[in-house]
Amino acid sequence: MVIDTALSLPAARDAKCPFDPPPELRKLQDQAPLVRVRIWDGSTPWLVTRHADQRQLLTDPRLSADPTKPGYPLQVERRAVSGRGGIGFIMMDDPEHNRLRRMVTAPFAIKRVEALRPGIQRIVDDLIDRMLAGPKPADLVEAFALPVPSLVICQLLGVPYEDHALFQSHSRNLISRSSTPEVRGASFEALHDYLSSLLATKDADGDLLSQLAERVGNGELSRGDAAGIGVLLLVAGHETTANMISLGTLALLENPDQLALLRDSDDPKLVASAVEELLRYLTITHTGRRRVALADIEIAGTTVRAGEGVILPNDIGNRDPGQFPDPDRLDVTRDAGRHLAFGFGVHQCLGQPLARVELQVVYSTLYRRIPTLHRTAELADIPFKHDGGVYGVHELPVSW
Amino acid sequence: MKILLDQDRCVASGQCVMTDPDVFDQRDEDGVAILLTPSPNPAHHTAVREAAAICPAAAIQLAEDQ
Repeated sequence: MVIDTALSLPAARDAKCPFDPPPELRKLQDQAPLVRVRIWDGSTPWLVTRHADQRQLLTDPRLSADPTKPGYPLQVERRAVSGRGGIGFIMMDDPEHNRLRRMVTAPFAIKRVEALRPGIQRIVDDLIDRMLAGPKPADLVEAFALPVPSLVICQLLGVPYEDHALFQSHSRNLISRSSTPEVRGASFEALHDYLSSLLATKDADGDLLSQLAERVGNGELSRGDAAGIGVLLLVAGHETTANMISLGTLALLENPDQLALLRDSDDPKLVASAVEELLRYLTITHTGRRRVALADIEIAGTTVRAGEGVILPNDIGNRDPGQFPDPDRLDVTRDAGRHLAFGFGVHQCLGQPLARVELQVVYSTLYRRIPTLHRTAELADIPFKHDGGVYGVHELPVSW
Repeated sequence: MKILLDQDRCVASGQCVMTDPDVFDQRDEDGVAILLTPSPNPAHHTAVREAAAICPAAAIQLAEDQ
């Protein structure tokens, strides 16, 4: 059954349930696997509501991730930025996507990332020491959640951490849905130019930007594409994990039984499972994976025509009761392994092994070292990133 | 069980290595998956089936023994 809906995206969350996806989206999921929705530019792409269909379609090469193709359901108004190309390969299709992606996958291999664990543990411990020595209450976002992944990705890429104020503020502009196209474009240009000038200074420094610079030198990659990849890794490398740290902490504080399970366990398997469950439960990539059909495709009994847009909201996919029993319960012991928080298909997050290790270290350290950690603001007064391309909290005042 | 790994499709997400590091590994140069053993013993079958199921690029095919 197909239903047409007057629902406009983005839909609003219920203010009383800030961790849950918008109730209207959940209702659609109950009603039908495929519905039409309206987006900001007046177009009416398809919305795929259920986990199994989302998962299958994200592996379908007949769906394109290229936002320059007609019919692609854009998240926000997009202006071409002259002479700088796009933001890396996440907006490309294979084979070019795969060629570029493989240039940066080596440092994210499981064993390479595992080798970073002791260094990440030191970063986390140092930041906790500093926060404990500082004033109370503290903003967990500023004091801890943002610096952890920023320090880690800076080291991996070879970006000086001293520049964090610059790249953090431009990243915020770039992914905020409330930025004007002008502000978004200017921040993208600023980040692109910043990465481009860093690339020019690289000389076999052993970091990822140096490797990209070498590929530019031998003609495998244009300087513009290299800078675009740099922007992608820098932005995706800190914003997402930072939001998982702060929003995950808030979700655990609201679920003290789950927090206690995590805090009192020595089992790395439980910590790993808690990370997967928080990824599922929170699905901070809440604007939906977006694609455009390159051919007619049968989806849940309906033919989606070539040139029509398709939105796959993985936040409701991860709350699909057909896949996850009692989906609105945060349960750190459940098997959440098939969640779609990192997407699925060829575009699945390449930094996921790093994100996992960072979150495992954070979640197994922060609440043990600060067992009295609590929020100092009412839940209703905490500013959530309703307008964010990535969901989270703008700040989280805590004390101990 | 015999594992058929399509390295051209692999997107180096590392899911298979995470699931069974005794059977799967990654190339140093680009993280593309490699097989440590194409016919793992039965103790690994459950994990290998899970690895095939969660591979985002559908690069792992299994030929099960009849």
